[in-house]
Amino acid sequence: MSIDTYETGAETAAGDGRVRVKVENLHKLFPISRGLFRKPTEYVHAVDGIDFEIDEGESLGLVGESGCGKTTTGRMLVKLEGATEGQILIRDAESDEMVAVTSINSREDQKEFRKNVQMIFQDPYESMNPRRTIFDIIAEPLAVQNMGTTEEREKRVVELLRLVGLTPPEPFLFRYPHELSGGQRQRVAIARALVMDPTFVVADEPTSMLDVSIRISIMRLMLELAEKLGVTYLYITHDLAVARYMCDKIAVMYLGKIVEMAPTEELLTNPMHPYTRALLSAVPVPDPSYKRPPVQIEGGVSRAINPAPECRFIARCPFAIEVCRTNPHPPLDDRGNEHVVACYLVGPDGEWTGAPRVELDLHS
Amino acid sequence: MTATGETVAGERFVGVATHREPPILEVRNLVMNYETRAGMVSAVEDVSFTLPRGKSLGLVGESGCGKTSIALTLMRLLASNARILGGEVLLDGENLLELDPEEMRQRRWDDLSMVFQGAMNSWNPVYTVGEQIRETMDIHWDPKPTTAQARAKIEELFKLVGINPEMIDRYPHEFSGGMKQRAVIAMALACDPKLIIADEPTTALDVIVQEQILEELRKIQHDLGMSIIYISHDIAVIAEITDLIGVMYAGKLVEIGPTSDVFANPKHPYTWLILSSTPSITGPRRALAPLEGEPPNLLDPPSGCRFHPRCPFATQQCVDVEPPLEEIAPGHAIACWNYERVPSTLARVET
Repeated sequence: MSIDTYETGAETAAGDGRVRVKVENLHKLFPISRGLFRKPTEYVHAVDGIDFEIDEGESLGLVGESGCGKTTTGRMLVKLEGATEGQILIRDAESDEMVAVTSINSREDQKEFRKNVQMIFQDPYESMNPRRTIFDIIAEPLAVQNMGTTEEREKRVVELLRLVGLTPPEPFLFRYPHELSGGQRQRVAIARALVMDPTFVVADEPTSMLDVSIRISIMRLMLELAEKLGVTYLYITHDLAVARYMCDKIAVMYLGKIVEMAPTEELLTNPMHPYTRALLSAVPVPDPSYKRPPVQIEGGVSRAINPAPECRFIARCPFAIEVCRTNPHPPLDDRGNEHVVACYLVGPDGEWTGAPRVELDLHS
Repeated sequence: MTATGETVAGERFVGVATHREPPILEVRNLVMNYETRAGMVSAVEDVSFTLPRGKSLGLVGESGCGKTSIALTLMRLLASNARILGGEVLLDGENLLELDPEEMRQRRWDDLSMVFQGAMNSWNPVYTVGEQIRETMDIHWDPKPTTAQARAKIEELFKLVGINPEMIDRYPHEFSGGMKQRAVIAMALACDPKLIIADEPTTALDVIVQEQILEELRKIQHDLGMSIIYISHDIAVIAEITDLIGVMYAGKLVEIGPTSDVFANPKHPYTWLILSSTPSITGPRRALAPLEGEPPNLLDPPSGCRFHPRCPFATQQCVDVEPPLEEIAPGHAIACWNYERVPSTLARVET
C-alpha cells in the first residue's frame, strides 16, 4: 500500500456549468392530526420555500441539525415524497431537457426517472433485503427496467463491484448482506445506486454510521466516482467537516429554510448568517490547541409548527432587533461571490451591521 | 492503597509528574475474551493504563476495538460469555476484579458510575426524571436520603448540568434529547462517585447541543475534581475534552499519552493515519490519507502487531513479533517497531 495522498474532488469533472437540478419555491407540509375526523389545522413546515440549483458534475451539501428539513428535501428530489408546493426540475439524461418531477406520473415515466436519479441511504444495515444476494441487490434496478440478459447483468454487476472497490468481485456476487461489514455494505449500496448510470444521486448521510477509517474510504470512493462518472450529488449531512471535503457548495438549513449558501471555502472563511456561525463554532475540532469561540445561540431547536411569518431563526438569535421582528422572513439575497444569505443584519456586501459578534477564525 | 513503587511504575505511561497522590485508576495487563460458538474473541488484549486523580482520559478507536469492553470490565457489567483472563483493575488501590458480586454492586454508582451510550433513551416514560434519580439514591445512599435531602441534591445536580431545577417533577417526554442526556449525567453524579465512565456521551446529538454538553462535562471535571474516562469513536470530541488519550486498535492499546502531545506528534502509524484523515473545518484543507482495509476479525487476530496488515510501514518484524507498549517521550507510550518511520507531520496539505 502506498502512502501517497489523494486528490479530493473539489474540481470534479464539471460539465460546462449547465444546470442539472433546479429547485424552486419547494414546500413540504406535514399535517398534525388531532382526532380522527377533525381536519388538521396545524402543519409542520418541514421544508418551507427553498430554491437552489446544482450544476452538472457539482455536489451541493445540505447541512443542518436534525429536523431542519434536509432529508425531506432529498426525499422529494428522488420522488419518495411528494412536494406540497413548488417545482423540482431535473435534466433528463436522454432528452437533455429539464423535466419537472411533479409531471412524472405514469409507470413508464417513473421507470425512466429512476434510471436517471438515485439515492444512497444512511443506514447500510437497513437499506438492503437480508434475504437477497449481493448480485440480486445490485441487479434489481436492471431487473425492474427489464434490461439485459442474466449474463449481461452479471457482467455489469461485476464491473460495478470492481468500481466500488469490492475486489475480486466474483466471491461477493452470491453472498448475503449479513456476511459483509458496514463499509462493504455501503459500497454495495453505492454500486446499486450507480448500476443504471444515473446523472444525479442524492446521498443522505452515507458515512455517518461508519467508523473513521471506513468513512474516509467511502468518502474517497464517492469523490473518485464523481470525478470518473461526472455524477451530480446532493449530499445531505449534519457534519460540516465532511461537507467541506465532499461538496463544492454548501447550503445551511434551519427549520425548513435555507439561511445561507455559498461555495464551500467561501462559506467556511466568511460565514455570515448567525446560525451558520453558531454551527461552525460548535463543530468539534481534532486539535487540542484550538481555542473555541463561545457559541452564540440561544435556546434549543423547536419544530416549525405553523411558524410565525418573521425570521425563522429569531427565537435563537442573540442579535435580533426590531427589523427582524416586524418584517417577514428575510429573502435569501446575493452578497457577491455566489454567497447568498437570509438575514437583515448582513449588509449588501456581506458586512455585519448587528451588535458586535465573536470573531471566528478557522483558518489560522 | 497500593504501594508507592507500583504507583510510580503505573505512572510510567502518563507521567504527570505533579501528581504525587496515588492515581484514581490503574488498569494492569487486562485480558478479556468473549467465548462464542466460533471460538474465543480476543476483545481486550494486555491493556494497561493509569488515570491520575481529577484527570480525564479518552479511549478512541473503531467499533469492536475493545473500548466499550474495557468500560464494561471496569464496571463488571460484562455479558455472561465474557471471560476476564488476567489483569487487575485498581480503583483507588482496590482491585475491583477480586470483589464478590454484592461488594461490586455497592461500588457501582457509589464509587464509579457510567453514562451509557444512548442512555438518554433509557428513561422510563411513566416515572418523572426526579423519581428515577431518587431511586438510585435510595439504593445507594446510606442511610437513605429523606425526601427533602433527595430533592435538594437533585436540584443541585440539575443546576450543575444546566437543567432548570423545576424540571425535577417532569416526565422524560417533556425533556429534549440534550436535556435527557444532561439528566443522565446528573444521575451518574447522584452518589458522588470517584470516577465516571462516559461511553459516547454525545453521539446522536446535534453539534450545538453536543458542544453544550461537553462544556458541562468539562465544568464537572474542573469544579468537582472529577476523574472521567471518555469513550468515543470521534477523535475530535476526545481532542476537546481530555487530558490524556489512549488509542485502541483491535483490542490493543497502541498509543497513550497527553492529548496535546499525541495530537501534535502522533507516533503510532494507526494514530497518524486516523489524524491525517480526520476531516476538519479548521486550517488548510488536507488531502485525505488512505487507510485501506478493515479492522481484523478478533476470532483470529493477525500475528505480531495486529495493525500490520494495514500498516504502510510494516516490516517482517511486525508480522513475527508483537511490539510492546513502550515510552518514547515522558508519558507518551506506543506499541510499534517502526515508529521512527512515521512522518513528523500529518499528510500533505492540499494545494
